[in-house]
Amino acid sequence: MSAFLTIRNLSAMLRGGSQRVLRSVDLAVEAGEVRGLVGESGAGKSMIGKAVLGILPSAVSIVEGEILLDGKNLLAMPPKERRRTIGTVAALIPQDPLTALNPSRRIGRQITDRLVDILGWTKANAHARALELLDEVKIENPERVMASYPHELSGGMRQRVLIASAFAANPKLIIADEPTTALDVTVQKQILKLIREMQARHGTAMLFVTHDLGVVSKVCQKLSVLYSGMIVEDRTVSDFFAAPRHAYSKALLAATPKYTDPFASLLPVDEAVIAAADEEVKAADRGWRHG
Amino acid sequence: MTLLRSILHRLATMAVTLIGAAVIVFFVIRVVPGNPIAMMLPPGASEADIARLSAHYGLDRSIPEQFVIWLGGVLHGDFGTSISLRQPVMPLVLGRLPATLELSIFALVLAVIIGGASALAGTLWRGTKTEAAIDVANGVGLSVPDFLWALVLILLFGVLLPIFHISGRISPSADLPFVTQFYVFESIARLRFDLWWDLLKHMFMPALALAIPLAAIISQLLKQSLKETMHLDYVVLARTKGYGENHVILSESLPNAVLPTLTLIGVQFTFLIGGTVIIERLFSYEGLGNMAIDAVINRDLPLIQGIVLVFALIFTLINLLVDMTYALLNPRLRNA
Repeated sequence: MSAFLTIRNLSAMLRGGSQRVLRSVDLAVEAGEVRGLVGESGAGKSMIGKAVLGILPSAVSIVEGEILLDGKNLLAMPPKERRRTIGTVAALIPQDPLTALNPSRRIGRQITDRLVDILGWTKANAHARALELLDEVKIENPERVMASYPHELSGGMRQRVLIASAFAANPKLIIADEPTTALDVTVQKQILKLIREMQARHGTAMLFVTHDLGVVSKVCQKLSVLYSGMIVEDRTVSDFFAAPRHAYSKALLAATPKYTDPFASLLPVDEAVIAAADEEVKAADRGWRHG
Repeated sequence: MTLLRSILHRLATMAVTLIGAAVIVFFVIRVVPGNPIAMMLPPGASEADIARLSAHYGLDRSIPEQFVIWLGGVLHGDFGTSISLRQPVMPLVLGRLPATLELSIFALVLAVIIGGASALAGTLWRGTKTEAAIDVANGVGLSVPDFLWALVLILLFGVLLPIFHISGRISPSADLPFVTQFYVFESIARLRFDLWWDLLKHMFMPALALAIPLAAIISQLLKQSLKETMHLDYVVLARTKGYGENHVILSESLPNAVLPTLTLIGVQFTFLIGGTVIIERLFSYEGLGNMAIDAVINRDLPLIQGIVLVFALIFTLINLLVDMTYALLNPRLRNA
């Protein structure tokens, strides 16, 4: 199998800063597989997804590396071509369904806009496709929902709409940026199940960004662990859960609460482990010469 | 049912506002010094003449009595007779109102175009020198009042580079075929574009003077609102769909960012209409504001009352219109 998304040696810095926020990241997502990207808040896991989609905040700039989508380097393209390429083959399932839909536009238009404006579908085809997708994500009465405004739908419904919207254009790659973090626990399970079903049915490659190893074990086949902008472990999920290699990964796994015994394992990551990981980051920075 | 109730509530509020404005103006202009009769008669008129004329206009009665008589007339559509012009007030006011409305609307259109375009440009080129230049221009536009802009414009385009007319509403030599007082609209309807162009050349500078401060306010607030929406999740999501910056600003940001600006325009438009009083005077433009100043100078009490009442009615109608537009543009308020 060939990798659909390949990130090679990607480094990014804050504008005007001296520290890297992404440290020579290597990562690949093969066609049809789901790769989890795990790390604490601030580790840079969302930033990798944003770099792929071309939506990094203006304060962050990529200083080195390649992002290959279907073999083509996004970073070498002119901005307009890059936008079109991303819009055509990739899609985002965002973190917070309450803020990711435009409050003043109808749901239907927000699903069909990419199909019509970017991919050149007819309005009728796009409408039919949106109905089909809303049905797939188990939204009742899709015609009515398409005519609704976001404030008329619940959080779970809105996330279903966003999932439908992400799959509408038959993308080859979907980046799910903590898609269940902002939802109620009960809704989280349904949405997670739905994302897994949709991914399997459409065979879409997926980069699943999360801080929750429990979610990774349910959805992903492969896993990258990120610490301070640096990939510290890259394994299949089954290998990882059997025996994590890196000390930080082990500590992270130990710190994950278990549903069977919620109080037993609420341990913070050991300070010695953190110190060792920080040393590793410093060593990597010493060995890195830009340009 | 709730719609009907809110409309009735609206109308009641408007009526109270208008009565309030009428009461205040009626009493204030009678308490301040100055006697309309003395302004009419030549110096040395006898006490008997003054008393006779005062009685003729009902000014010999007590102020509350005068108010009751005036209000009774108003309820029958009779707004009294102008003391200085000796004609019924309402036809006089209605004859001048279209000129002022055309000037105000033209000024509003100019302000929205200038302010809106510079806000969009400032958002598109945010963080660059273009945005900095727009900020400076907004600062200048805001800190200089409309009547000073009028003087600056007269100097620039009336004296140094005389391309616009600085006085009047239309060239005196023009042969007017109009049956209404809405000259601009009627010139378009009659396809008389020569007259339309002449009207525009007269209206441009007073309208621009009125528009500049409003344009600066619009630009400042709209740009701020637009920039705030640019980081929101739904705008970022639209970028990942393949849309460019122009589309993102116009289709995703603007419909949400425009709401606070719209409310502001409503409030500021009433100030703009207030500004026509001095601006019309400076450009000798034959509108209601110019007439208001004459009425005050002549202590023409019935005419002042009539003009103020018409201005108050316009202000309340504008507020109503703004609220309705707001509900139309914001789906979350539609059923509220």
